[in-house]
Amino acid sequence: MRVQLSINGEKHEADVEPRLLLVHLIRDVLRLTGTHIGCDTTHCGACTVLLEGRPVKSCTMFAVQANGKSLMTVEGLEQDGKLHPLQEGFMAEHGLQCGYCTPGMLMTGYAFLGKHPTPTEDEIRVAISGNLCRCTGYVNIVKAVQHAAATLREGAAR
Amino acid sequence: MIPAAFEYHAPASLDDATALLARLGEEAKILSGGQSLIPLMKLRLSSPPHVVDINGIPGLSYIREADGVLAIGALTRESELEESEIVRARYPLLHDTCKVIADPLVRNLATIGGNLAHADPANDHPATMLALGAEVVARGPSGQRRLPIASFFTGPFETALAPGELLVEIRIPAPAARSGGAYFKLERKVGDFATAAVAAQLTLRSDGAVEQAGIALTNVGLTPIKAVQAETSLRGKRLDDATIAQAARLASAASEPAADLRGSVAYKKDLVRVLTGRALRKAAERADRRR
Repeated sequence: MRVQLSINGEKHEADVEPRLLLVHLIRDVLRLTGTHIGCDTTHCGACTVLLEGRPVKSCTMFAVQANGKSLMTVEGLEQDGKLHPLQEGFMAEHGLQCGYCTPGMLMTGYAFLGKHPTPTEDEIRVAISGNLCRCTGYVNIVKAVQHAAATLREGAAR
Repeated sequence: MIPAAFEYHAPASLDDATALLARLGEEAKILSGGQSLIPLMKLRLSSPPHVVDINGIPGLSYIREADGVLAIGALTRESELEESEIVRARYPLLHDTCKVIADPLVRNLATIGGNLAHADPANDHPATMLALGAEVVARGPSGQRRLPIASFFTGPFETALAPGELLVEIRIPAPAARSGGAYFKLERKVGDFATAAVAAQLTLRSDGAVEQAGIALTNVGLTPIKAVQAETSLRGKRLDDATIAQAARLASAASEPAADLRGSVAYKKDLVRVLTGRALRKAAERADRRR
């Protein structure tokens, strides 16, 4: 089947089998390998991408379901060679250890901050509860999201 | 993990969908949010030759209250229920429930219709709808019909939907004054199925006695369980400690859990007792605030 979709503002087309999972279209066909495959069983959230602005697990959707849709992956965060404040936050607060969960954490965090510019720690923890960090580095991940929230608020105030 | 090959159908209308489902019969599975079906297909526990994706059918996603009924379109996502002001303000049992289904990412795709039609006894909406006395609307090639939720779940992963029928709407009676509900779920971690969960919905009279009670149980039997004796025991009574304790014991007695990694039979039965007590207290507190 022919699918057409937009990823990070760029149009893509591919011929796919209906059973092809969205994450495999993104990684293997379109070669956007920033999105990770972790558990492959809808638990870990490493494969999180934004579908029409909402974070979803791309291992639990068929590529054909994304036909005509607009997606964002971790590659879409950086703009003109400048990291997104959330990426800066993960660097500044050491929000990653092995880095495997990071693309998913970033995409969930990005969608979350769009709706919650002044989040509490509890709200952040609920928001990332579908993203697992096997290094258990949650304390710094929460700090990284808070760091980004502060940067984004400063930017909005300026 | 790669699912078995299948033929993909994306009907653009309900009529097309029901005609397709009637033609394909047992060969087809309906793809709604996909958050149960796709994992099952990846594990090859389900290998349907045909998948009918209903996500492109317009007019199946809505939450509206009119004429004493909250009508919810079957394709409404759990996250949309969670964010709905009307659900938050007037249907606390439903609000409690949608917040604890799977995890926030899954809830962005998972649908209320799918949660009910999949009829997994571990799913959360079935007990909630039993406690609320909901109806479901089924649409087939020859029109649509309404079914009381109490006759909907016929077995594990089995419903009263006929081949070719599609669940299109859930109808919940609008709460009377002094009504409230609560859902209490114990899960080992976010995203796990309930070890056990209890849905309770109460309507109180002006003197504080119980006018109507709905109590139902998640994942402690082959189907969701309506704890009828526990409900009956409350009618006309004030919710003192002894009344709540008795209803909690009756709910526990109605449960039929199996031992698994989440706990023994005795543990789960006692958990039902404890969660029923908590749900009834919370429901009463909320009912009292809505005079």
